[in-house]
Amino acid sequence: MSNYRIKGAGRLTPARTARFTFDGKIYTALEGDTVASALLANGVHLMGRSFKYHRPRGVLSAGPEEPNALLDVARDAARRQPNVRASVQEVFDGAIIRSQNRWPTLGFDIGSLNNLLSPFFAAGFYYKTFMWPREAWAKLYEPIIRRAAGLGVAPTETDPDHYANRFAHCDVLVAGAGAAGLTAALSAAKTGAEVILVDERADVGGALLFDTSTMIDGKPGYDWAQGVLAELTAMANVRVLTRTTVFGYYNHNFLGLVERVTDHLPNPNRSLPRERLWQVRAKKVMLATGAIERHMVFANNDRPGIMLASAARLYLNHYGVAVGSRIGVYTAHDSAYEAAIDLKKAGVEIAAIVDCRAKPGEALVSAARNLGIEVLTGYSVIDTAGRLRISSMTVARNGSTNHRKIPVDALLMSGGWTPSVHLFSQSRGKLKFDAENQRFLPNIYAENCVSVGACNGTDELGALLAEAAEAGGGSLSVSGEAAFGWTGGMIGAAEGAGKETTVKAFVDFQHDVTAKDIRLAVREGMHSIEHIKRFTTNGMASDQGKLSNMHGLAIAAEMLGKEIPQVGLTTFRAPYTPVTYGTLIAHSRGDLFDPARKTPLHAELVKAGAEFEDVGNWKRAWYFPRRGEDMHAAVNRECRTAREVAGIFDASTLGKIEVVGPDAAKFLNLLYTNAWDTLKPGKCRYGIMTREDGFVYDDGVVGRLAEDRFHVTTTTGGAPRVLHHMEDYLQTEFPDLKVWLTSTTEQWAVIAVQGPKAREIIAPLVEGLDLSNEAFPHMSVAECTVMGVPARLFRVSFTGEVGFEVNVPADYGAAVWKAIWERGQALGACLYGTETMHVLRAEKGYIIVGQDTDGTVTPDDAGYGWAVSKKKTDFVGIRGLKRPDLMREGRKQLVGLLTADPTEVLEEGGQIVANPNQAKPMTMLGHVTSAYWSENLGRSIAIALVAGGRARMGETVYIPMKDKTIAATVTDMVFFDKEGGRIHG
Amino acid sequence: MRKYSVFALAREAMRSHKGWEPHWVSPEPRPSYDVIIIGGGGHGLGAAYYLAKEHGITNVAVIEKGWLGGGNTGRNTTIIRSNYLYEESMDIYEHSLKLWEGLSQDLNYNVMYSPRGVMMLSHNTHDMQSFKRHINANRLYGIDNEWLTPEQAKKFCPPLDISKTARYPINGAALQKRGGTARHDAVAWGYARGASDRGVHIIQNCEVTGIRRGPNGEVTGVETSRGFIGAKKIGVSAAGHSSVVMQMAGVRVPLTSNPLQALVSEPLKPIFPCVVMSNTVHAYISQSDKGELVIGAGTDQYHSYSQTGGLQIITHTLDAICELFPIFRRVKMMRQWGGITDNTPDRSAIQSVTPVKNLFVNCGWGTGGFKATPGSAHLFAWLIAKGEPHRLAEGLTLDRFRTGRLIDEAAAAAVAH
Amino acid sequence: MLLIHCPYCGDDRSELEFRWAGEAHIARPEVISEISDEDFAEYFFLRDNTKGIAWERWRHIHGCGRFFNAIRDTVSDKFLLTYEAGLPRQPVPGTEPVSAGGAEGGAA
Repeated sequence: MSNYRIKGAGRLTPARTARFTFDGKIYTALEGDTVASALLANGVHLMGRSFKYHRPRGVLSAGPEEPNALLDVARDAARRQPNVRASVQEVFDGAIIRSQNRWPTLGFDIGSLNNLLSPFFAAGFYYKTFMWPREAWAKLYEPIIRRAAGLGVAPTETDPDHYANRFAHCDVLVAGAGAAGLTAALSAAKTGAEVILVDERADVGGALLFDTSTMIDGKPGYDWAQGVLAELTAMANVRVLTRTTVFGYYNHNFLGLVERVTDHLPNPNRSLPRERLWQVRAKKVMLATGAIERHMVFANNDRPGIMLASAARLYLNHYGVAVGSRIGVYTAHDSAYEAAIDLKKAGVEIAAIVDCRAKPGEALVSAARNLGIEVLTGYSVIDTAGRLRISSMTVARNGSTNHRKIPVDALLMSGGWTPSVHLFSQSRGKLKFDAENQRFLPNIYAENCVSVGACNGTDELGALLAEAAEAGGGSLSVSGEAAFGWTGGMIGAAEGAGKETTVKAFVDFQHDVTAKDIRLAVREGMHSIEHIKRFTTNGMASDQGKLSNMHGLAIAAEMLGKEIPQVGLTTFRAPYTPVTYGTLIAHSRGDLFDPARKTPLHAELVKAGAEFEDVGNWKRAWYFPRRGEDMHAAVNRECRTAREVAGIFDASTLGKIEVVGPDAAKFLNLLYTNAWDTLKPGKCRYGIMTREDGFVYDDGVVGRLAEDRFHVTTTTGGAPRVLHHMEDYLQTEFPDLKVWLTSTTEQWAVIAVQGPKAREIIAPLVEGLDLSNEAFPHMSVAECTVMGVPARLFRVSFTGEVGFEVNVPADYGAAVWKAIWERGQALGACLYGTETMHVLRAEKGYIIVGQDTDGTVTPDDAGYGWAVSKKKTDFVGIRGLKRPDLMREGRKQLVGLLTADPTEVLEEGGQIVANPNQAKPMTMLGHVTSAYWSENLGRSIAIALVAGGRARMGETVYIPMKDKTIAATVTDMVFFDKEGGRIHG
Repeated sequence: MRKYSVFALAREAMRSHKGWEPHWVSPEPRPSYDVIIIGGGGHGLGAAYYLAKEHGITNVAVIEKGWLGGGNTGRNTTIIRSNYLYEESMDIYEHSLKLWEGLSQDLNYNVMYSPRGVMMLSHNTHDMQSFKRHINANRLYGIDNEWLTPEQAKKFCPPLDISKTARYPINGAALQKRGGTARHDAVAWGYARGASDRGVHIIQNCEVTGIRRGPNGEVTGVETSRGFIGAKKIGVSAAGHSSVVMQMAGVRVPLTSNPLQALVSEPLKPIFPCVVMSNTVHAYISQSDKGELVIGAGTDQYHSYSQTGGLQIITHTLDAICELFPIFRRVKMMRQWGGITDNTPDRSAIQSVTPVKNLFVNCGWGTGGFKATPGSAHLFAWLIAKGEPHRLAEGLTLDRFRTGRLIDEAAAAAVAH
Repeated sequence: MLLIHCPYCGDDRSELEFRWAGEAHIARPEVISEISDEDFAEYFFLRDNTKGIAWERWRHIHGCGRFFNAIRDTVSDKFLLTYEAGLPRQPVPGTEPVSAGGAEGGAA
């Protein structure tokens, strides 16, 4: 294995090494290497296979724009990450790295047969075929295509790493810590502004990392950058985040950043998050995101060993790695000369610089020639050779057919530089086209934001530094001197890849989109750049077109005979580079995904052996199985015991709203269908709430504690929206009413005690209140103390038995619960959960809003027409209820159903028909909303919404199931204690 | 139109694909048309296609202010299913699903309809009651939809976490096997090609700025960025911009336009075999043929035409995805985007005559319009051609907001699309 | 994520603290029980859904709890003004005031 590490070159420490494997083979790297630089140091260029044709590919870049070298990087089996860019990932000791999208090996990949079939696989070919026979697409063709596509293999184990999230505010956020970003940050920081400076690399400096010929403030650029970093780091008002990418620029200067905390460490401390999401609100954003070098579009421009010139320069000057031993250069821009010059000076042979321009920058040409480099101006590379690595380039004078083959083992290219306007565009700033330099630049800003440096088209160093210093708002003065000024650049297809050719000149490497694919798209009528993108998939790979978009646009524009701005630019979308889901979710997982709401009695319920169910965000006790009992047995026992003795139930999840003020009754009159002014203090009433549309919105018992004070209860899930709804009307429709609303759901623990012995259980614990039927009848409420604790006691029932609901402050809930349960146990009572609650209420025909009603049910449909006041001249819903369809005959109404076979329990959600023999589609009359086995009745019961239901009493209806049809009789909804005597007992 | 076939493809492969014709032609607009469709998405292009194909009305123009399929057609997560609750909904979505099943052949364009199954996860008793209500209604109508146990759900979708210790454990699922996905761009292009071939004019980059009315209030044409174009009938099919276009004719519609976001992951080898939806935790996911995990997020709360939304909507969606599929935590989001959905108060669509003579509207498909594309287009063409709704779309008229006869899928089931 | 100025708290806060509450200045009819079906549909269902400058309501639900009004450009999502509930429809900053009369002066 040859070593391409050049002694004395680069900034890494030779003594500090790291070992890793690539496709099973062990390699040695230096600490600070990227995977790409380490493999290149070992002479390895072949790092991947393309998406469609499975062509062998080497690393193309030294940054986030990498389309080719996407690898699978693992620490262990569970910490495995597909699609990692070799040019970004730092090597760590012990890394297990594998190539992707190849079988069986990277060197010999069966998938590359696609390359031979490529004439068939032109852009959009799949729209034109695979249609016969009709079922074959999904069964045959699609699975084959899916297997061939994709890149990496998804993780198969749950990620053991954790991630963090931080919110931050700052005066200035600077994205990019190159010469412009550092200057802008320092300038701003010196004014005292709170500054966050962000750079995606491990090291600051940006282009100064490779551009070793630039001097700033009299120092080599890199050294100057390190000095500024030290200065910034020492300032209390500055936070520097390296290895951090600003990935998204959202509304109102809200930015998303991802900080890579441990992925470069060999043995990270497990307490550290793998990555950290920063969500920053900045008063001002300064974009100093630089520019990205473009490749040249020519025949077979994708062989391993072909890469961007600036990348080769970075590998040399930062990592100390030569990307080849005999290197060619193909360029349309001056900057590539400096790569050749640096390499030549480091002792690497430069085969030739091929410059498609007739007259490049004179100073650079001379400098190269003075070093003995052959410079061919007005020439192009028209082809390359080499299977797994480039072996030669074919060069011809522009317009000539004579060509010359030059052996090379690497080829550097530069088509010029594309300003990184991604974040600017994400912020919805408007770009303008700089025709002279063939680039899009920021024009109209949508946020408080400024672009400085190369991303703003400011290339000349002095101007760049001045612009950045001024943007920062300080009086900083920085001077710089570049060895050479750069000019040039081209977009679109180069010589030999023009209109009539059949060569493969790649525009988008990862997706295998060639210049001729773009032209085909235009020929097929795709004239919008968005259509071209979607038809060819140009720019839709994981690099999101950082290299390909401008070329694609230029080729399309040429084909269409239009100027580039007329063809348009596809939208830049977040994220700038891909972001790990784990980072975006940060702490929101497991218990923190959606924290469960638990009642003050939860611990007691757990102790009592409750099984729980999710109701909205709440964990509610479902049933309390005793040893050997399944759910059915437990519920039957609970149902029986509650009616025979008593049951105790945690009702704390009931929504509770305190409605207080001189106009409280008037307000409730407007918000509920019922009348409230007739309710006397000390009494309760069941209330129904509708919205303006007249449909049941919520229900619950409302107790009047005083003339000006109501204790309103809502459904378990309904409290927040009911309060919101009430506040809306109070604040904006009836603002003159003197009423105050307070959510008290969490304030009260609510213990329901229901059953013949309910009074006996609680009486000894209640102080200062006569609980007798005469003094405290059904639907009473009183304030009292329970075990010395201030309490609100309701005489209410959701079971049809004598019932009390003991409300005590949440902190006392557990103590009171224990005391009640102790007495209950002694008297033979049971604890019961939501399932028994459901059965008991269904036996009495009490509805559950949200189960028996669904937002299309009026109070009358539900059988609660009596709860709609006929006297009131206004309430929310009064007009909605009178609309034609709500007054119509034959609406669905809640009724009871009794199955012909009493042991048959209907399925909740079962659909009801009159004629079970009708052909499909059948006419459905309604559906079963509630269905249970009633142990107390010794048979099944059900509640159903049935069209014209109340007029069908005694009729037989049918519930066709998958395997049978069930007959049932329509009845009223009260199945148990029809006279209703027990409740007053 | 040159037919697409394996042979045509082979022939073109031999000559570098130089013989293909444009999918559609973009002629100069005529002074007037029998019908103008405003909106060049799948619904509008499809309506033009069916007007020409089934009603013999070919003097038709589709006017699009941007590029074909650039609205919600090209921005949605391509879920197709028909297992809705109400008969009015089943009517249209099942009609649509049946058209999907033969659409590639009908259009001679592979729209890649892929019935790989749409599975909706149930997490609690309420979900179960609701899903069984759907399943029973669907069965009696004649739509496939079946209940799966958690183990069966896991078998159908192996990455699914069905452990009881999850924050919202799965207690079952409803599966429509005929549900699936299709290639969204291809739907727009296929319809455009078919319509263009039958003489329909496809006019892009042409913004409608006004609707002109005659002495009797009837429509007479549209003012556009390319001048006045006459029309005997106008069909508005402008999705998120329907309110804007309808107001040009002085008609207010019950719509709110909200941002809806979606995202895709980096491409991965096949890992996710079906479509999974969970309304309780708000997650919608499938895997595209390119290997990207396609994930639908929720709507932003406010009304907006910005086609962008907040990061918190995206992160909330991923919270849910990673809760259901913990193995995806190391997967990366590659691209996010937003569309403008047009939402009605009852979350059901509007396809209707309007108070303005010869003006028809097709809107309100909200977050679920893609699946309806062929059915909606087919029935909208009928409405425009006949001047009255097809039997299957009778429930979708504007009049329901006056009478109160809503088709409230959302209220009934808290099911998003 | 939007940044919203609560006119009651006098502070810019994150959207997470707020809930959007629909179009502003749609007053509930004085005698709602008497209006026609058409007028009810108009009041309850029909909305301008404006593209551009829109008047809307928000509630600082996780803050002071107050409903307030806002003027926002629904294309750029920029807020132009927020103001207290009960005030008449405010003019777009920098433009001539519009006359506030009839239903538009309503509190909703």
